[in-house]
Amino acid sequence: MEHIPLNFPFLAAALLVGISLYILIFKKNLIKLIMGIAMLAAGVNLFLVSLGFRAGGAAPIYTNVTEGPMVMPVPQALTLTSIVINVAVLALMLTMAIHIYRHTGSLDSEKSRKMKG
Amino acid sequence: MAALITHSPILIIAIPLLAAFLTLPIGRAGGKARNVLVIASLAFVEFLVIILARDIYLNGIHIYTLGATSPELTLPGGAMVPIRIILEVDAMSIFMGIIWATVSLAAAIYSLSHMARETGQNRFYTLLLLMVAGCFGMIFTGDLFNLFVFLEIASISGAALIAFRTRFADAVEGGFKYIVISAVAGLIFLFGVGLLYAQYNSLNIGFLANAMQYSTLDIIALTLFLMSLTIKTGMVPLHMWYPDSYTVAPANITAMLVITSHACMYAVFRICFSLYGITLDATTVGWIIVIIGLLTMFVGVTMAVFQTDVMRFMSYHAISQMGYMWMGVGVGLAVLGNPEALATYGRDAISGGIFHILNHAMYKPLLFMTAGALFHRTGTRDLNKMGGLGHNMKFTLILYIIGTLSIAGIPPLNGFASKFLIYESVYQFNPVLAVVAMLVSIITLASFTKAFQSAFTGPQLPEYKDVKEVPKPMLIGMGILAAGIIFTSIFPGLIVERIVNPATDALINQAAYVNGIMGGGMP
Repeated sequence: MEHIPLNFPFLAAALLVGISLYILIFKKNLIKLIMGIAMLAAGVNLFLVSLGFRAGGAAPIYTNVTEGPMVMPVPQALTLTSIVINVAVLALMLTMAIHIYRHTGSLDSEKSRKMKG
Repeated sequence: MAALITHSPILIIAIPLLAAFLTLPIGRAGGKARNVLVIASLAFVEFLVIILARDIYLNGIHIYTLGATSPELTLPGGAMVPIRIILEVDAMSIFMGIIWATVSLAAAIYSLSHMARETGQNRFYTLLLLMVAGCFGMIFTGDLFNLFVFLEIASISGAALIAFRTRFADAVEGGFKYIVISAVAGLIFLFGVGLLYAQYNSLNIGFLANAMQYSTLDIIALTLFLMSLTIKTGMVPLHMWYPDSYTVAPANITAMLVITSHACMYAVFRICFSLYGITLDATTVGWIIVIIGLLTMFVGVTMAVFQTDVMRFMSYHAISQMGYMWMGVGVGLAVLGNPEALATYGRDAISGGIFHILNHAMYKPLLFMTAGALFHRTGTRDLNKMGGLGHNMKFTLILYIIGTLSIAGIPPLNGFASKFLIYESVYQFNPVLAVVAMLVSIITLASFTKAFQSAFTGPQLPEYKDVKEVPKPMLIGMGILAAGIIFTSIFPGLIVERIVNPATDALINQAAYVNGIMGGGMP
């Protein structure tokens, strides 16, 4: 791990968030939109979990204490919770995309739109 | 009784959550048993909220630490950092709690008839109770990450409820928009939470407020919070999804969604006043909120004027009315650093904004429910196709008139009381704001009169000759809210003094909020 600069995960997270924002704004296909949200979630989760990283740290299991620093457990708990929530969100979005396709025969957000004004 | 009060913050969240998963097994036994379970659990929650409210007005902030030996023990063993999940309920939280308990009870009673023709009702009530639990969690939590979790619970169940009538193509579209917006808003919020955690190693609002430096990272976090929560409340540059989703949901769900957006608004107030508080650059943030509020109220009402879909028309009005609350509280925030201005008009402006939340939370669900009643009997939401319904739907007509007079701010009704408080105090801050607010109020009245005229008055149309009054549960649901409006209209002074002003003081007094957490070390 010493060869990787410490802020590398943060750059990766920023890149993921940036790409996903581009997708959310410019893509019209609903499935691509859902993938964009999945990427945004991945970026935020990566950001959260890398907050708790300490170089050379051990897993934070208190019954098995080792020498030296431990990584922080709270961000890992947060990330797990966030992943679970995002699974639910993505599943619900995909279900709705299926319904939209059944009703309109299209996944293009311009063509499947019913409401305007 | 004392134990019940002590444990009520968690019970208020836990009871709907447990009842949500009991609806499926009990629903197998029969629809009646399930309906009894839903209504009984919500009525019990309402009871708990009221006894908790009484206790808070008498004894101050109520802290509940999950898993601690005593609920007030936030810092066990002389710890420097609060380590457990903490619920902190002060006068502002319980104010939102009273609103949410009442509206969700009314909406649940209303849905007994309104949803009676739908399939999969057990799952409908599961989602409804999950949404109740999620929103209570958002209101009561003292922890930023829990706020995110409960926000997501409320959003996921809300989106599923919007799209519940999947046989309508537009319902699914509205639900999809809602879940996309909520997911993006939730993740932006989580990013902000991460930024704060990176600096202060805690997620507790009271602890963070105590440690707050207002560094560049904190400003970025604040921007992220405001962005995510203003998307969820439908403030103007980001309001496009709001009418689409609110129009297509069942009317009782739209009524509840209005309060969910108020809960997000509550989260903004909590973050601005209790988390950042005095460290905030109050004038800048206050002015930003005031200007967005002004835009919200004006754009909302102008878009509403030419709508022909009755639910869509009311959704745009809901956006517009939110502007009043943003303006009132924004003015209060702008003068937070100036004790003299805060005392002369700032506190009144915040009170006006908060009082308007209460009023809006009664008349807007009522109006959405009357729109739902029209849809229930006519099967259309198009105002141009309706007409002469006042002949057969007399009670709905009366309830609609109460709601309309209240939203337009006609003097004896409660909408006037809060709007007047806002005009009066905002005028001292900047006269232009008050003038625009009054103009918006006039346009609101005009457009509601138009909708009233096209739906209820005129000769009886042949296709609606046999239209009957809506069933009793729907009338009771609407009646609860109308009774609230009339009570508030008769005793506005009492409500402001007993409920609204304590909430305002709870927002302004950041030290008390921090002390609730950081002073809890004594066993």
